[in-house]
Amino acid sequence: MDAARPELTQVWDWLSQVPDPEIPVISLTDLGIVRDVEWQADTLVVTVTPTYSGCPATTVINLDIAAALHARGVEKVRLERRLSPPWTTDWLTAEGREKLRAYGIAPPIDGTAPDGRLAGRISRLAGTSNLVIACPRCGSTHTERLSQAGSTPCKASWRCKDCLEPFDYFKCI
Amino acid sequence: MSGALEAVDRAVFAEWLQRIGDNVLILGHRVSEWCGHGPALEEDIALSNQALDLIGQCQLWLGLAAEVEGKGRTADALAFLRDAGAFRNLLLVERPNGDFGQTLMRQFLFDAFHIELLRALKASSDPRVAEIAAKAEKEVAYHLERSADLVVRLGDGTTESHARMQKALDLLFPYTGEMFADDATDRAMAEAGIAVLPSSLKAGWDRTIADVLAEATLTHPGEVWQHGVKGTGGKTGVHSEYLGFILAEMQFLQRAYPGASW
Repeated sequence: MDAARPELTQVWDWLSQVPDPEIPVISLTDLGIVRDVEWQADTLVVTVTPTYSGCPATTVINLDIAAALHARGVEKVRLERRLSPPWTTDWLTAEGREKLRAYGIAPPIDGTAPDGRLAGRISRLAGTSNLVIACPRCGSTHTERLSQAGSTPCKASWRCKDCLEPFDYFKCI
Repeated sequence: MSGALEAVDRAVFAEWLQRIGDNVLILGHRVSEWCGHGPALEEDIALSNQALDLIGQCQLWLGLAAEVEGKGRTADALAFLRDAGAFRNLLLVERPNGDFGQTLMRQFLFDAFHIELLRALKASSDPRVAEIAAKAEKEVAYHLERSADLVVRLGDGTTESHARMQKALDLLFPYTGEMFADDATDRAMAEAGIAVLPSSLKAGWDRTIADVLAEATLTHPGEVWQHGVKGTGGKTGVHSEYLGFILAEMQFLQRAYPGASW
């Protein structure tokens, strides 16, 4: 192996050890935001897709990636942004989902993102959510949504009606 | 990409991009004014998150506007160093927050338009426009879900909440005509295949508005426009007095300490 150009599988492994700055229990690769890694001459190009357009963690994520790679001896790193296809929670790894649950955040239920088409279901909008989310603490599905928003753009606020604990749901997008 | 650039004048393209970018910038700033003042903790967080989405989308749109313009400006320069007459946002989004009902109604009227616009722009002949639209659409689908939900709950709520939502609707609806009025910039962009005519978005918007208002037991004010005019205002840089106050607060730091960063 060329010492100056570590194998890409090695690079992916390193990236899988970089925690998400807001939810440090999962890594950037668990989150599915590292879209590509390649060498261009002596420069390692890492392509990252943003989660939400305005997520304040995006800048920190790029800094963390560069710092992690520099620390492992990669001298030249370039971060590129890729918008298309847009990030989706479908890309969260199975392992990442279990880490979220163990941490107290209910993982996303794929296929439940809103599509902006309200027709035909407006009467069911009011105040309720037709999602069934299991409480990450006690497993009960006797839960209710408190708010579509949570402590970060990617989460919603829920409450368990059995163990009475509030919890975050990593919403589907 | 170069084909799309050649298909329309750079200045026209940049002008059009600023219309979208300025809409989400000014609305994002307005919504952020609620931070720490929401009627409930959950609503406070929701409003702040929504403001973040909008400001994030603004960075993408104004970043592209600066790139297309090709004069060495950045998204930050466009946001912080233009004066009111150079802003191209709709008058609706600079309206004051008013009470929570007015903030929500403004959001709902805009979200229903925003989703139609983004959905159409996903088919833009310029891939840079199409990819920003596809990204933003997913976030805006959540915005519309939330604002429509709350308009229904408060419209079909107590006597007090119903009255406030009807008042908000009557106050804000006349500003929506501007969304769908085509002008020369819109026509040039539509002919280039980069955008669609705003007027083509109205049928879809009308359906959403009618459905939600009916469920909310609110009365549609009818096609009544501000000053009886449908098509002039923010899109051409003629703003209400409110925009100057927004910019005074938003741009203060860069005006007082030029080039400051952290």
